[in-house]
Amino acid sequence: MTVESTAAARKPRRASKRTSAAKKPQSAEPQLVQLLTPEGERVEHPDYSIDLSADELRGLYRDMVLTRRFDAEATALQRQGELGLWASLLGQEAAQIGSGRALRDDDYVFPTYREHGVAWCRGVDPTNLLGMFRGVNHGGWDPNSNNFHLYTIVIGSQTLHATGYAMGVAKDGADSAVIAYFGDGASSQGDVAESFTFSAVYNAPVVFFCQNNQWAISEPTERQTRVPLYQRAQGYGFPGVRVDGNDVLACLAVTRSALERARRGEGPTLVEAFTYRMGAHTTSDDPTKYRADEERAAWEAKDPILRLRAYLEKDKLADEAFFTALDEESETLGKRVREAVRAMPDPDPMALFEHGYADGNSLVDEERAQFAAYQASFADSAEEGK
Amino acid sequence: MAVEKMSIAKALNESLRLALDNDPKVLIMGEDVGKLGGVFRITDGLQKDFGEDRVIDTPLAESGIVGTAIGLALRGYRPIVEIQFDGFVFPAYDQIVTQLAKMHARALGKIKLPVVVRIPYGGGIGAVEHHSESPEALFAHVAGLKVVSPSNASDAYWMMQQAVQSDDPIIFFEPKRRYWDKGEVDTESIPGPLHKAVTVREGSDLTLVAYGPMVKVCVEAAAAAQEEGKSIEVLDLRSMSPIDFDAVQRSAEKTGRVVVVHEAPVFYGSGAEIAARITERCFYHLEAPVLRVGGYHVPYPPARLEDEYLPGLDRVLDAVDRSLAF
Ligand SMILES: Cc1ncc(C[n+]2csc(CCOP(=O)(O)OP(=O)(O)O)c2C)c(N)n1
Repeated sequence: MTVESTAAARKPRRASKRTSAAKKPQSAEPQLVQLLTPEGERVEHPDYSIDLSADELRGLYRDMVLTRRFDAEATALQRQGELGLWASLLGQEAAQIGSGRALRDDDYVFPTYREHGVAWCRGVDPTNLLGMFRGVNHGGWDPNSNNFHLYTIVIGSQTLHATGYAMGVAKDGADSAVIAYFGDGASSQGDVAESFTFSAVYNAPVVFFCQNNQWAISEPTERQTRVPLYQRAQGYGFPGVRVDGNDVLACLAVTRSALERARRGEGPTLVEAFTYRMGAHTTSDDPTKYRADEERAAWEAKDPILRLRAYLEKDKLADEAFFTALDEESETLGKRVREAVRAMPDPDPMALFEHGYADGNSLVDEERAQFAAYQASFADSAEEGK
Repeated sequence: MAVEKMSIAKALNESLRLALDNDPKVLIMGEDVGKLGGVFRITDGLQKDFGEDRVIDTPLAESGIVGTAIGLALRGYRPIVEIQFDGFVFPAYDQIVTQLAKMHARALGKIKLPVVVRIPYGGGIGAVEHHSESPEALFAHVAGLKVVSPSNASDAYWMMQQAVQSDDPIIFFEPKRRYWDKGEVDTESIPGPLHKAVTVREGSDLTLVAYGPMVKVCVEAAAAAQEEGKSIEVLDLRSMSPIDFDAVQRSAEKTGRVVVVHEAPVFYGSGAEIAARITERCFYHLEAPVLRVGGYHVPYPPARLEDEYLPGLDRVLDAVDRSLAF
């Protein structure tokens, strides 16, 4: 073995010019579909018009505020040791509420692990999302009761499930659509490429909703792609569109249009919601290690909630009473979530052996019996000790 | 003297640093290994010191990471790839099993695949699903791969050096819940070969065979048994493929009783291989059947149940009692 040099002798080595990757994709930044500017001005787009009542606009605002409140509560609960981990959606409320509110009840959603706002739109009780992060279960809801699939941790896997589900929808002759959520990092996975191929060649009614929040843990989007992500779709033979992911109206309009296209039997669409992960990747992550504060500050100016609020106020679509009532509702939600988590019991140890198989398994039965006897032996010795 | 006290994480970091320093063909590749230094900080500071061409942040694509590492190895490089967590090796499993493991044989030995695949593995850190798996048997079952796991800082340091210098593909399982355990590392005296087992505690009544995260539990169990007058030997396998069966046999013949302990499910696990092999090799020396302690045939449970799932002191001692009762 050759183990001669020492730590002191180490010096940085110059990166070779040929192999070092360029920092930025070469093409110019494309236009975003936008219907509401960061200042809260309504603007029109030739392809995506939207006409919402004041009630509907307030509804979107309420959704975003309550989702953010829920998210903040979960982050706090993690800090207090009530949750083992939390993946915050801070900054991505518009992408999630906009796309989520574009869905019909019979549509089916395949999320990753950060789609708390979409879950909200599906009517999944937010406390159900916390079991997995507390460590008491691996999911904890019935996907079929709200057409909202379980969170998926293995990056990109769910895009294939969504595609297959959509193939089934088409086979059944139904006109529902399917939506698959994933991140910019996930776009590098083979599974995502394969789901693009399958959905295109089978003309599956699926919308790929990529929340490009600029980061995959510490890796910027440039580490995943040299072309703007939405342009990937073209190579597979379906349309791709980039939408301002911090503009809830644009997200709603673009997703709605893609879903309608799927329903008409015209196949998949890739929507790239251009947004930003304001917080850490998860509560275990430390973004100061890899990204600059200025970047975050620049995105803060595009905040999805403040933008809609500015519009509501300017156009007198909501009054002070609305905002005050919503503040109260937020606090009530926070309190309810806090209490629900604290009351969430640890699973019974025998739950280890539940649900491994639908039809049962003799080996598991044997191990269950051995485990029960082993557990009982402690109870017996505790009895004897009395 | 070059003896230093350091954590397993630090030992790995130092060892990787040395490997980069010693051989310009050594590369480190993986998700978040650069600026962030890896989610466990095992590659902390290496990109800063060796540059982006040696410590390569990759796209988020495990099949891509291992597949391109194979290509780089074919071109004469020695890639050390990091898989972020055990449960995320499966997108790369195809490349590892169908390509990495078999190319040397298919080329009649004319090409070498010196690739190290580092995988933080095992439970006990309260993580969400896919972050606590022990898939070592799935790799050990595949001919063409070598599978190792250090249990302490010194082994972490030296086994990594040996793995990098090996011309065979090595699956290097790092016991993540032990990353922060400290131990002494002598950075000058080179220990025995990579695939040799080590007796970490001498005993005469029974042998506990373990590797990786369970070695510590077994040493503690042996100490507890000592108080009840039982003399337990603990063998750290260090390598799950190949396995140093001579060492297991020697110990089995000495004590007459063997209990194999691992976190992975018992069913079809490495304990099954050891039990069968030892029964063949020293049937007449055994006072009891070889027993196994490990995980159940259930999906790795949510964090709040992992203490029930993972073999702890009590379950190891229970097996010791059962063996001694034969
Ligand atoms: C197959 C796989 N590899 C690695 C990981 C670890 N990991 C979890 S999240 C993540 C980054 C994901 O980034 P992105 O797809 O952009 O989604 P975001 O978290 O930004 O929403 C990584 C690398 C994983 N969960 N699955």
